[in-house]
Amino acid sequence: MSLLRYRSEIIKFKEMNFTLKIWRQENARAKGRFETYQLQDISPDCSFLEMLDILNQQLIDKFEKPVCFDHDCREGICGACGLYINGRPHGPDKGITTCQLHMRKFKDGDTIVVEPWRAKPFPVIKDLVVDRSAFDKIIQAGGFISVNTGGVPDANTIPVPRKNADIAMDAAACIGCGACVAACKNASAMLFVAAKVSQFAMLPQGQVEAKERVLKMVQKMDELGFGNCTNTGACEAECPKEISLSHIARMNREYFSATFNA
Amino acid sequence: MSNIFTSSIGKKLMMSLAGLFLLAFLLLHLAINITLILYKDTETFNRAATFMGTNPVIKVMEVILFGGFLLHMVYGAVLQVGNLMARPKGYKKANYSQTSFFSKYMLHTALIITIFLVLHLFDFWVKNKFLGSVHEITYADGETYHNLGALVLERFKIGWVVVVYVVLLLGLGFHLHHGFQSAFQTLGINHKSYTPVIKTLGVLYSVVVTTGYISIPVYIYFFK
Ligand code: HEM
Ligand code: FES
Repeated sequence: MSLLRYRSEIIKFKEMNFTLKIWRQENARAKGRFETYQLQDISPDCSFLEMLDILNQQLIDKFEKPVCFDHDCREGICGACGLYINGRPHGPDKGITTCQLHMRKFKDGDTIVVEPWRAKPFPVIKDLVVDRSAFDKIIQAGGFISVNTGGVPDANTIPVPRKNADIAMDAAACIGCGACVAACKNASAMLFVAAKVSQFAMLPQGQVEAKERVLKMVQKMDELGFGNCTNTGACEAECPKEISLSHIARMNREYFSATFNA
Repeated sequence: MSNIFTSSIGKKLMMSLAGLFLLAFLLLHLAINITLILYKDTETFNRAATFMGTNPVIKVMEVILFGGFLLHMVYGAVLQVGNLMARPKGYKKANYSQTSFFSKYMLHTALIITIFLVLHLFDFWVKNKFLGSVHEITYADGETYHNLGALVLERFKIGWVVVVYVVLLLGLGFHLHHGFQSAFQTLGINHKSYTPVIKTLGVLYSVVVTTGYISIPVYIYFFK
């Protein structure tokens, strides 16, 4: 690489300034409001959460309350982080979580609006943190198997067609972050529930409780107040694991067969 | 089994089946109406329309058709209310996700179709059935028919009526564009190679049916 090219690369990575409009809410019952913050000299290689860390450090230095947001692994596997950034769950990039988003995806001087997931079953606890235990309740309703699969060698003795294993694995990639609900104009949780139904429906171990599982999980989903799917596809577009709408069709099939072959 | 009437997926199943039935109805209805502009006079149309109005099998179908509309509309409304309640507080920044365009406006186009239904039923169905504003005509074989065709020709000679029909029919077309493929997905039909075919068919269906319907008032206004 010539020196000139190298220099231009460095110049390209100039630090950036942002205006942040962030939802602040004291607690679950408080009314909440947007606060505006100016943030200077942010590296384009900074992750979105690191950028928020910098903001929080500055707030703490000024004896102000830092912005609460959820996070854990910071490498896209736990599903804890989830922010609605400029009208998109997990921000302006495809197939990533908020912790995998980098500031180079924005332009210098951008105004960034950061909101919590909005859905009745996901109440805001504080600032950008929402209570997603509704997802846990859906899993508890049927997202498990109670057959004993034994140790690893035993599991391998049950033949599973390669194609089915792949589909199950794709569905199992769901990290339960809630972006599908956040993106959906109806706040529907169908993609999440479909992924959890699909991952078992494709495997022999999942067959034992298949009927009960889909009926109970859908019933719980409805009960918790999630909306109804209109096949719009915003969930699929925003899912950090790019879970396909075909899983929703599979869940519907499972649901119909559980209902009509009772 | 009762969950099929109360659960989210069950209600969607009802809606999609009713929707598919309505899609089939639209084709039949278009086939009859298009005779108005395919043939020189309105005889074929009047004979077909009278058949549709008097044949006992079709009369049963008419009740089923009204039932289908009602089922589709009532479940649509119920599901929609649920959707609105699922997000009591909305976002400041409008959703920017990549989605199929028409799917976002199903509710709006549904309202347009409802307005259209009221107007259209009053325009022809009510006038013919209840108001007796349709004259009779006797053809060469000695049979007498309601001259519904003449009423249609008269209506579509009025400029604003034609404009209203065209605009509302476009709304119907948008509804069909998403509805066609959506119904298959709801029924659980999603396949790597067939789904693209269904989607293409849906686009074809919506374009052909919508232009078909629109061409009738427009052609009559300019050329009849
Ligand atoms: C001839 C007229 C109509 C036809 C052929 C039709 C067809 C369809 C089809 C095929 C669907 C998709 C069903 C699914 O995915 O499960 C649909 C959805 C829908 N329709 Fe209709 N429809 C018609 C009239 C109406 C009317 C009058 C209303 C008004 C209340 C309405 C409201 C809805 C709603 C709310 C949806 C759900 C939106 C969505 O799934 O994205 N439709 N329609
Ligand atoms: S913090 Fe774990 S996925 Fe983002």
